[in-house]
This record gives sequence, C-alpha cells and structure tokens, in this order.
Amino acid sequence: MVAGAGCALALNFVMTNAESKSSLIVPGQVPREATPSCWSCGTMRAVHFCSSCGKVQPPVPVDYFTFFGFPRKLNLDASQLEKEFYALSRKLHPDLFGQADSEERAWSLEQSSMLNDAYRTLKDPIRRTEYLLRLEGVELEEQSKKATEKARTSGELKKQVVPADLLEEVFELNLHLEELRAQKKLGEDDPALLEEIGKAKLSLEEKYDALFNELKAQWNRWDRLVDSEASEGTDDDRRKILATILDILNRRNYVRNLVRDVNEAME
Amino acid sequence: MATDTIVGIDLGTTNSLVAYMRGDCPHVIPGEDGLNLVPSVVALDENNQILVGNAARKYLIETPERAVYSVKRLMGRGLEDIQQELKMFPFRLADDLQSGEVIRIKLGTRTFTPPEISAFILRQLKRNAERFFAAPVTQAVITVPAYFNDAQRQATKDAGRIAGLNVLRLVNEPTAASLAYGLDKNKHGIVAVYDLGGGTFDISILKLHDGIFEVVATNGDTHLGGDDIDNLLIAIALDDIRGDLGLDVRRNGEAVARIRKAVIEAKIALSSQPSAKLDVDLPGGKKYQREVSVEMFEQMIQPILDRTVGPCKQALKDAGLKPEQVDEVVLVGGSTRIPKVRRLTEDLFRRVPHTDLNPDEVVALGAAVQANILGGGSEITKEMLLLDVTPLSLGIEVAGGVTDKIILRNSTVPASATQYYTTQIDGQTNVAIHVLQGERELARDCRSLARFDLKGVPPMPAGLPRIEVKFLIDANGILRVSAREQRSGQEAEIDVQPSYGLTDEQVENMLLESFDFAEEDFRQRQIIEARREAETILTALAKGKNSPAWQELQGVERGRIGALEQALVEVKDGDDYHAIREGIDTLNQATMRLAELMMDTAVSTALKGKAMDDADLEEGPRAGHPVAKADFE
Repeated sequence: MVAGAGCALALNFVMTNAESKSSLIVPGQVPREATPSCWSCGTMRAVHFCSSCGKVQPPVPVDYFTFFGFPRKLNLDASQLEKEFYALSRKLHPDLFGQADSEERAWSLEQSSMLNDAYRTLKDPIRRTEYLLRLEGVELEEQSKKATEKARTSGELKKQVVPADLLEEVFELNLHLEELRAQKKLGEDDPALLEEIGKAKLSLEEKYDALFNELKAQWNRWDRLVDSEASEGTDDDRRKILATILDILNRRNYVRNLVRDVNEAME
Repeated sequence: MATDTIVGIDLGTTNSLVAYMRGDCPHVIPGEDGLNLVPSVVALDENNQILVGNAARKYLIETPERAVYSVKRLMGRGLEDIQQELKMFPFRLADDLQSGEVIRIKLGTRTFTPPEISAFILRQLKRNAERFFAAPVTQAVITVPAYFNDAQRQATKDAGRIAGLNVLRLVNEPTAASLAYGLDKNKHGIVAVYDLGGGTFDISILKLHDGIFEVVATNGDTHLGGDDIDNLLIAIALDDIRGDLGLDVRRNGEAVARIRKAVIEAKIALSSQPSAKLDVDLPGGKKYQREVSVEMFEQMIQPILDRTVGPCKQALKDAGLKPEQVDEVVLVGGSTRIPKVRRLTEDLFRRVPHTDLNPDEVVALGAAVQANILGGGSEITKEMLLLDVTPLSLGIEVAGGVTDKIILRNSTVPASATQYYTTQIDGQTNVAIHVLQGERELARDCRSLARFDLKGVPPMPAGLPRIEVKFLIDANGILRVSAREQRSGQEAEIDVQPSYGLTDEQVENMLLESFDFAEEDFRQRQIIEARREAETILTALAKGKNSPAWQELQGVERGRIGALEQALVEVKDGDDYHAIREGIDTLNQATMRLAELMMDTAVSTALKGKAMDDADLEEGPRAGHPVAKADFE
C-alpha cells in the first residue's frame, strides 16, 4: 500500500465548510489521527488490514485516493486501478467473512462499501475530477444542492452563466429552437431549419470533445505540481489550476445541457 | 463434528429446489419422492395440515380454495401493486384486509401472508435436506430475482426466518446461474444471463475473469414469466369455450384449474412437437377440444416475449456494450425451453445460446456454490468472488415531490451514500425521511421503500443540528440506515415503517405460530438424532469387539450384548422414536463394563510407555463413549 508524501500533507486540511448547510462534505474528509495499531497483533496498521497478521481493520475515514494508495493526481492508470480494486475486493468482500465474528463482518461491510464507492468515483474521469475539486475545498456551482433546491421550490430556472465564447452561438441556437418549437405546434416542418440546428449541434459536440482535451491538459499541469512538491507559491498555483478546471467543467456541462435541449426539441 | 452444511435454495415461482456442494460439484437434494423439483404449491388439507409440493398439487384442481401457487408474485407487494395479479390468478384475499396492511391469502378457513406461505415451502426443503444429511440444517443461501426491490428481498428473508433458517445471503438468480456456469475455470469474458422463470424476468450482464464474477448491469421485469404465457392461453381457451359452447366458466375454479393444467401440458409439448391437443372435461359433461399448432402458439406469445427485449437493450446500454461484445449467453428458467425464446435470444445477442445446463436446476446449483464460498470455501471455490449490483436507484423524496437519487442503479454492492439533514423548527427532535427505489423523476412514480423517522435529535434552534444519515445497501441488496447528530454525537433512533413489509415483531410472532406446524419437524428431528446416536454406539461397539477387552467379558455377557445390538439395528431405521431410544439405552447399560475395560486397557498401555500410535487409544473414550452420553435435549 503506497501512501505518498503528497497524500499525508493534503490531509492536514481543516473542514472550513462545516458550518455551511450544503452537502459539500466530501466522504472521508477527516484529519488523520495518530496511526492506530492492529487489534489482533498490535503492529501498526495499514489502511485496510494489518500488514503483519492480515486481519481486517475497522474502517478509517480517508479520502478515496488514499484508500487505493494512489497519489492525489488526476491522471490515473485505469487498468492499475482495476487491478487494485479486484485485489482489495478479494480481501474485503463480506462473502469472505461469512464465518467471522460480527465485528469483523461489520468492518468488512463498511470497508467494501467504501471500496466500491471509491472505485466508482475514481474510475470515471469527470467524477474523479469533481471529487478532487471537492477534496480541495472547491464548491461546484452546478451541483450546489442549495441552488437546486431553491430552483425547485421557487419554480425558477437555475441561473446558469453562459460561457463567454459561446454567447453568440447560444443566442442564435436558442432562436432557432424557439422557431422549431413554434413550428411543431403548428405541425409544420422546415428541413432547412432542421439542417441549421443539426449543424449547430455538431459544432457543439465538437466543442464538448475539445473541452475534454482542455481538461486533460489541466490534469497534466496539476500532476506536475503535485510531483514537484515545491512548497513555495504552490498553494496559489494550485488554486489557479483548480479554478481553470472548474471553469472547463462548467462550460462542458453547459454544452452538454444544450445538446440535450436540442435533442429534446428535435424529437 | 463439522459445522452444519449451508445449503443453497432456489425459491422459485413455479418450482423450488435445495442443493449443496460436495467436493467439486454442486448437487440438488431430492425429496422423499426422489424428485429434485418441489412445486411451489401449498395446500391446507381437510385436517388443516399443510401440504407442500406434489402432494399439494391435486388440491389445485379438486379444492382450489384450499391451495395456492405462484405466491412469489405477491411477496413484498401491496394491494395496489397486485391488481394485475388478482385478475390473472385465483388468489383469494382475506376478507378483512385493510389498505396498507400486508396482504393475507385465504387457504380454507385460515389466512396467511405471502412470507408465511413461502416459509412452508422453505421448511419442506429444509426437511428434505435434513433427511438427506441425517443432520440439522439451519443456514441457507436463498436466491431472488435480480430485479427484486428492497421490500421483495426483505419478504424473502422474513420467509427464511419464519422457516427457522438463518439466511446468510440473498443471491440474485442470474448471478447464481453464472456461478454454476463458471465453475469451469476456463470461463472468462462477457456473459449475458437471460432468465425467464415462472413469474419474473431478469437479464444480467457479467464480466468473468480469474474467478471474479462481476455484474456490470442488470434489468428485468418482476411481472413477467411463464405464468403470463399460461394465462394468455387460458384466456383464449375461456373465450373459445364461451363462443363455441356458450359456457362462461370463468368463475368455476375447478374448470379453470383443469384448463390451466391442459394448457401447461400443451405448452410443454409444443417445445418439441409441431402441434398439441387441448382436451378438457368441463362441468355438465361438456368437453373442450382444440388443436394448437406451433405457429399459432408462437404468434400468441409474441407480445409477451417482446417484453423481454426492452430490458435486454437497456442492460446492454447501461453496460456500455454492443450485443456483439457478449461472448456467451446462458439461458435460465423453464420458459427458455420454448424454441421461440431461444431464437429471440439468438437474434438479440447474435449468437447461439449456451444450453448445456439444466435451466430448472442451474440457479439452485449456483446458490450451493455461493453457500460453499460463505462457509469458508473449498479447493474449487476459493478463488471465486461475486461482485453484484443493486438493480434500482435509491432516492430520497425532497421538496416538490421529486426524487433525489443518492445511489444509482447498477452500483456495485455494498454501496453507501451519506446525506446531511437539519431541522426546520426550534427544538424539533425528529426528522422524517421518505426513501424510494426507481428511476423516475417524481417520487410518486417510484416505489416507496420506507419512511424513516429519526428520533432523539437533541433540541436545538432550527437549522443548527447536523444529522448525518448513512444509507448502506448491503451485499443482499437490502437497505440499512443509520443516523447520528454530529454536534452532540448522539446516535439517532430510527423507526422504520416499511411500506410493504412485516415488522420484526410480526415476523417473530409468525415464527412462534409456525411451531404449530413444526410438530412434524420436531418429530423428524428427534428421530434423526436418535438414529445418529444409535449409529454412534453401534460403531463404538464394533470397534469394542475387536479390542482385547472384548475377550475379558463372560460368554453370557457377550451373548446379551450381541442380542441387544441386533435389536437396535432392526429398529434404528424405522420411525418408532421410542423403540430406538429404548434400544440405545439398554445397549448402553449392557456395554458399561466393556467400556470400563477398554478404558483400563488404554490407560495401562499408556502407562507402559508405549507410543500413542501403538496403543489403540482411539477406541477409547472419544468415540461416543457409551457411559459419557451427551444430553440430546
């Protein structure tokens, strides 16, 4: 189990968001206590089981990267993650504790649910990115539960900021969609309009893909920073990169929602 | 003595089975009649005794108001959900049933909930296994359709408990089938399990490699199965009879039961013959006769089979796979014997399905494999691991009647999610949460799972408490909730109102009531245990006869022992508990001196300094020493 130095440092961080009522709290985000010892043989314990006697340990709240023993980097080797997931599953799954006593069974249940949640999150590139942002204390605008609840109860549309570079495109597209909806109501059909909208959709889809590449470029920047371990001015640089990533995610979500609207209108 | 064997049970809509693993291979345990399949039919006979299986079947036709079948269709369901079932099946509901109450079915003059009826079937299977092992069976793995929701799963667990079984795990039927299929270590790749049973349809897509069985996606329909095919044919027959013979026999339970029997026989025949004949005796001496060709049959059932296509396509989509990427298709469930079904799966997955496994038994066999894994595993299963998923998204009802999904469908289980709540009013001490399962946006379109009332929140100004609620779906696919107010560290007490289930108290009561019916069980157990004891003492005696101590006995003594031994051998396999008991006791008495002598020999041999191996010490006290008798009460 590799717990890089980067990880230990990052965990010293205080839950400043504790007072807010949003469900921002990220699973496992608790400062790490002094390393506990194995209940069975007394040696110092690794995250999931004692490296000395192999017995399963009570779950310790850690973030998903630490759970897998990966550094907090955004590029991730999918096959390595999968291998680790299977290896840990073979050791933690409740089926293997059928004959164990109730305490170990309870620990295995919690550990394996955490394992599955962690795997699910880290496996998907976007979920992984969002998770890292949350770990670093960045609030994701689109996912702000408060905003969503407010929108639901008031019936208003959630305010979404249109990305600057898309302003013109979005304006035109919305006009076209209005036209399309009006036509549909009258039972009319305009192939030229449909073609226009089709082209716009294609352009958006291309933008969507391009944004993912932009995201990956930021991943590399982040990872380089983590690797460099330079403590001077690192915090500021980190904030900058995270802000850029957040911006890309938001723009990407916006484009995705727009494409969805187009598809709905064209049905 | 080794711990009791954990058995695997397939509690099916139409048939049930029990199996266990012996060495490398799972085996189905037959009933007393030598048959592997126990029809999931329960009847109450004239003496108010419960009958299960083939013995109960004739009641379906002769006195249908005393029998019930396909009760699995009612498990974990409320009155509103079973309206379709009530139209198609002769379920007789209790007269005093209130809305919101757990359904009760009438059998003769008594009423039972679906879990109680399933418990009768489980108890029968338990008995079969105990008879087979000549030992108690208390732990089991029971299978459920993959698409069963939380309430349906809980109902199955309740049934197990009422039957006196500790249900170690619920396993999804397609996953169990894949275990039986994948016992051959060379199997790896993407496997689609198409399971069309009597009442439910499941499609699961799994990834097999290195002994890991990972479910990637699952989908299905818990209101779809062979029963629907039967009911369609019955409806057509009833229409025919009304048209041709001017008779409306819809209300005539016996007539409908006869038609059902004929229709099922025809359906089965049409799997291998080009046509089949329906020939039914109706009341008033009339007869209904009709020839059905395979083409007609296939045309009639097409709409039913088409209903399986949607879930298959959705499962593939959720798995992110195209049909061509599926390496193997495994067919499960009696209905997959219909050639049209096979062709349908061939079209869907672009390959010929694997049909080597007996579609009726494969699920039970797989359950036995899982039972083996849970029991510690053996040579062949020690590298095997099941990673299953939850079939439905779990959500909370939020403001506006909308569902907020917190655990998505096809998430590997165990899976968890944590939510934070606070209070609206100063001093509020409890928080209510409505949990749902389903994919729809609106709470009213999803399935209500339960309402959780979190009590014991320390009174504080509104908005101050931080209640952390943890939702955990365990390996059985059943939800557990725990809650804690973070500021005070206070564990909240959770009051669960299951929307369609029995409370713990109700299950306990049913378990106690079931002892009435357990008379038979108790008697059986006594006999089995007495037989075991008899065998033990006879074996010990056989060894005793070979020991030097035997020679030290008087001829008269030896003669007496021999006679008592013979007498015990004669009664031990019979059903007379008291005779066996008496035989054991008198033989014990008669062999006391022999036992003492054997003990002396062993001790003196040891004292003479001989090696443990040389001395026949194993003949001594350990092997069921007649004097040191265990108390079997």
